[in-house]
Amino acid sequence: MSKFKKKGKKSVGALNTASLPDIVFMLLFFFMTTTVMREVDLKITVKVPDATEAEKLEKKSLVSFIYVGEPLPQHQAMFGTEPRIQLNDQFKRVEDIQDFIAQERDAMDENDRNKMLVSLKVDEKTKMGIIVDIKMALRRANALKISYSSTKVDKIK
Amino acid sequence: MADIAFLLLIFFLVTTTMDVDTGLMRGLPQLPDENEPEQTDEIHDRNVFVVLINKNDELLVENKPTSVFELRELAKEFIANPENESNLPEKVEKDLPFFGTTMVTKNAVISLQNDRGTSYGMYIKVQNELLAAKQELRDEISRRQFGMKYADLDEERMEAVKDYYPSVLSEAEPKEIGGRN
Repeated sequence: MSKFKKKGKKSVGALNTASLPDIVFMLLFFFMTTTVMREVDLKITVKVPDATEAEKLEKKSLVSFIYVGEPLPQHQAMFGTEPRIQLNDQFKRVEDIQDFIAQERDAMDENDRNKMLVSLKVDEKTKMGIIVDIKMALRRANALKISYSSTKVDKIK
Repeated sequence: MADIAFLLLIFFLVTTTMDVDTGLMRGLPQLPDENEPEQTDEIHDRNVFVVLINKNDELLVENKPTSVFELRELAKEFIANPENESNLPEKVEKDLPFFGTTMVTKNAVISLQNDRGTSYGMYIKVQNELLAAKQELRDEISRRQFGMKYADLDEERMEAVKDYYPSVLSEAEPKEIGGRN
């Protein structure tokens, strides 16, 4: 039995931390490259619907977002509980969409303008009336490629 | 050095959002030119697959109340018309690369109309089923013909498969029967 008995105290050598900066740097670069900064503060609640046929949005720089949903509780005193449109950081009306699209288009590279894509992030409980108006406004602004933002799932419940 | 790196690392860890954006890709129709007269092509009844959604999120497909879960099969049958039935879209002979001369349902149109009171969730479900029907048919035919998924085909073959099932999805202006909200 004495074979397995430890003889006295064995000191564990100090952990070598020489490679620590390398590891940290590696992680740092990983997160730096994968990070997407959140551009807008959402003032509304958006839970996008599920879909099996959802495709990935290819190039982020070509995409403009339109958010629609019920205002968050702290904004409800001002804006009510009806679904509202949010463009960038502000509540807007349907009439403002054309200007918004024009602005976004101006900010884009000349060659990319016809590839512009508008992603509609709409809460699933919203009624279609407002969406129909938005779609009409987009047609007027000649932004014809759209994507109904939805979560990719394998099966619809 | 490591401290600074740590600091940055923690900053990026906190601000990072890993979610990728996904969505259903759709095109909107161009606004009709006011100077040009409207095209009023007669479309034969058998060539139209009518999907209506009312403000209570109920579906009416070809005049029959239907659940969303049946929609995909119905749409597939309509697009493909495998038995060449007389109440489903007519088939027209067409020369396709890779396939040769085939009978395709060239004039088939899926018409989707919703109410202003329809919920967005329901609308997306229906859109999803209709897209899925088309996608499944395309997958089937490209598997049979080329032995791989539609998404993996090269551009020429994709075009050919697209022409094999050419049906279009058209959205009518919504009705406002149910009133606002």
